[in-house]
Amino acid sequence: MKKYDKYDVETIARMIDGKLPWPELRLILSEEKDSDRFEKVMETLQKRVPWKEKILLPLHEHLYIVSKGGKRIVKCDCGYEFGDYRENWKTKCRIRVRDTNESLDEIYPPYMHSDPQWEEIREYYCPGCLALLDTELASPGYPPIFNFLPDIDTFYEEWLGSPAPDKKRV
Amino acid sequence: MKKRKPIGWNGKTLKDMIQESEQLFKETGRYYGIDKLELKEKDPFKYERAYARLRGASESAWETALHVAASPIVKEIGELCFALYTPEGDSVVVSTGIMVHVHTMSEAIKFIIRENYEEDVGINPGDIFLNNDCLCGNVHTTDVQTLIPIFWEDELVGWVGGVTHQVDIGGIVPGHDLTCTVERFDDGVFYTCLKIGSNDQLWKDHMINARRAVRTPMFWELDEKCRLSGCLMIRDATLDFIKNEGIEYYKRFIRETIEDGKRTFIARVRQLLIPGRYRASSVMDAPMKGKALKPQADKDIATHMPVELVVKADGGLSLSFDGSSGAQSFSFNCGIGAMEGGQWVLLTQCVIHRDKVNDGAYLAVDKDYPLGTWCNPGDPYLSYNNPWGNLIPAYTGMMRCISYGFFSRGFREEVVPGYSHTADAIQGGGFFDKGPLAGQYWTLSTFEIAGQGYPASAVTDGFNSGYAMWNPEGNLGDVETWEVIQGGIPYLSRQLKPNIAGHGKYRGGSNFETVAMIHNSHNVIFFNAAEGLCFAGCGGMHGGYPQATSYILRAENTNMPDVVKDKKPYPLGDPDPSHGEFERFIKGKITRTPEGFMTPIGLKNHDLVHWRESGAPGYGDPLEREVDLVKKDLKDAIFTKEIVYSVYGVVATYDEAKREWAVDYEQTKKRREQLRKERKDKSMTFEEFYQKEKKRIADGNLIEPVKRMYNESIQLSRRWGKEFLEFWNLPEDFRFKLEEE
Repeated sequence: MKKYDKYDVETIARMIDGKLPWPELRLILSEEKDSDRFEKVMETLQKRVPWKEKILLPLHEHLYIVSKGGKRIVKCDCGYEFGDYRENWKTKCRIRVRDTNESLDEIYPPYMHSDPQWEEIREYYCPGCLALLDTELASPGYPPIFNFLPDIDTFYEEWLGSPAPDKKRV
Repeated sequence: MKKRKPIGWNGKTLKDMIQESEQLFKETGRYYGIDKLELKEKDPFKYERAYARLRGASESAWETALHVAASPIVKEIGELCFALYTPEGDSVVVSTGIMVHVHTMSEAIKFIIRENYEEDVGINPGDIFLNNDCLCGNVHTTDVQTLIPIFWEDELVGWVGGVTHQVDIGGIVPGHDLTCTVERFDDGVFYTCLKIGSNDQLWKDHMINARRAVRTPMFWELDEKCRLSGCLMIRDATLDFIKNEGIEYYKRFIRETIEDGKRTFIARVRQLLIPGRYRASSVMDAPMKGKALKPQADKDIATHMPVELVVKADGGLSLSFDGSSGAQSFSFNCGIGAMEGGQWVLLTQCVIHRDKVNDGAYLAVDKDYPLGTWCNPGDPYLSYNNPWGNLIPAYTGMMRCISYGFFSRGFREEVVPGYSHTADAIQGGGFFDKGPLAGQYWTLSTFEIAGQGYPASAVTDGFNSGYAMWNPEGNLGDVETWEVIQGGIPYLSRQLKPNIAGHGKYRGGSNFETVAMIHNSHNVIFFNAAEGLCFAGCGGMHGGYPQATSYILRAENTNMPDVVKDKKPYPLGDPDPSHGEFERFIKGKITRTPEGFMTPIGLKNHDLVHWRESGAPGYGDPLEREVDLVKKDLKDAIFTKEIVYSVYGVVATYDEAKREWAVDYEQTKKRREQLRKERKDKSMTFEEFYQKEKKRIADGNLIEPVKRMYNESIQLSRRWGKEFLEFWNLPEDFRFKLEEE
């Protein structure tokens, strides 16, 4: 039976699902971290997604960088593909801009949200499943922010000590 | 003048030592060029015991000294901090408390050394220095630092620093984080690394001057004694340490432990994050048009605060604020000390909270605070009194960036989308009319702001009323204590305020609201510094929403005497701003505005003021929140029925007879499907979005402060401006036309 550091994969899976009771979660927060966390999370996520591509990195609650046809792309768990991970996936989303008081009043009571002339809320939806992927605060005219561009090869080769899964020899 | 004998090690001056340290770090990338951690490797138990002993001395000083103070900011919530430094001013061990200051005091010691106090002023055993100048290692004048040297025989072997946050600093108006300051000369009394004592005694002339420089002399005096007591305790403990372990062990230890701290930090980064480039951004509003105390500040300001964090292959970090707005004639400018302090306190909380916390972490981070921007104005005559106004929302960007790394690495429990702005810090003061304290000054500076909502993580909800980014041990103290010192503004109520937590699959923490009444007072001044036209910080994460904004609500010339006499209901809060209790229950001039930022106004007896502490940002798509958790939110008054219907798609009714909420699960399912469909109907493709926004830019259809914000960022930035122009396909010389030009 596979041995895990500190917590087994089921415990981590329950944590991902938000099912760990606070006393258990608190220990995970405050104790020394488990050294094999990345492997446990990857194992859990790969089993859950309904497609076959190899996950290289979890990027988001719903998005993953996966290897497909020799390329690294961003893919939603619903199956929608956003293209090259080096491009901002937000530019492939459907976007709702809450730039009026009426649209902001749907989320907050009056007086308790931004003045849309100063700052609007942009909601980025997955075109495949319409999950709300991001709520971006931006003054009108602000370019969408490219939040995270990981250095995948450095991570695998220099930090984990072996090539990324899509670069391993079979 | 007779040349003084050098007080550094082995006949060197302190200036020589700081230069040597910096040169060795530049050449080797290691603190003092230390390669092997010899003490740690040779006897790790002794090494760890040594660290624990010095760390324990700092902690003991913190616990003891706060009882010397009288200010509830220090005594009640522990707004003080102590640290031991190397002769060059690098922190070795720190206490808990307002840890933001550990590196700020480091900069003050370096200022003393670089300005050659050793030769020109003299640094002797028993000397006491005072600093609160934000341009030589401080956040703002309100944080006052005591620094004392530690001598062993003829050599200076370290420094001890202690800092407390004052109730009042003698600024242009009462308070600790002023909103109306424009120039340095408004910021209150300045002590620029001034010698204020010798032979462990505070000089009498200094104390006479200091007592007259602030509105709260008793708090000042006891705070000063509190800091000095703690510093002396740590100095004596350090000298005991040297007696026991030997001076050579001590000298090697303090350097080794900083290099150890740096290596630990890098190891933690490699353990917890992913290498790559991370970005986030915030905007803070300062609407001062028509409200400024001086003409040069008479404009509305939107401050752009972009963050780029690069996690490098070697585990070091590179942090840049390139693209930031310009410095302004307002109180939100940040000196380097403030920026370093903000960064330091967050890294200690989110990356190295289990480790040796010292300046090793600082050494592992490259920084870029562009000159001329709000985070490095380069102008000593601007005001820096309330840097927190920008600093707190700005650093949500760094927390967000680090959280993207935590998420991808699998540490979802560590994710936080950002945090709350400790901004609804009502301030001011007045004089008692009658009673035993008639004619005496009362001060309004509640530090209930230390208990903000805590953000959601990627696996659970945030908690309520328990966090402030600048003091990781968030503790808002006893309200009764605040009421005593704020005697002219008794509280009428305090209750949970609904709908201020950030929405999400996991919601952010919530908080409370308060109504208070001016009473038995005259010459009352009142103001606060909250966000209102923009959300505070960079918002929610992965589909979560930001917490609600603040706003201003007060009533002047009220009929409260009649309401009290007739035992009629009075406002207990503002749970529904569109149907306010102020408007329903009392008569008078009611002011309700979306701005949270407020320059000082005068108030009279029976005027009412309302404020709220902040909620925190949420995480994930609200439609994925478990319905029963939303039901609990209703029960706990976190959200109202209308809002959960609109945001979470939960259809609920309150059963008055059973006094409980009931959810219609079938209707909820349908409502959620409807909301999902609306997402498609009310959204557009990216191309449509691009054309719409581009037209708005081309037409100049933006408000003046936003146009000015973009112009400043383009002008002052090397990278951000270029990317902005390229993204919208604008010419290099593009600038928005401003009305003021």
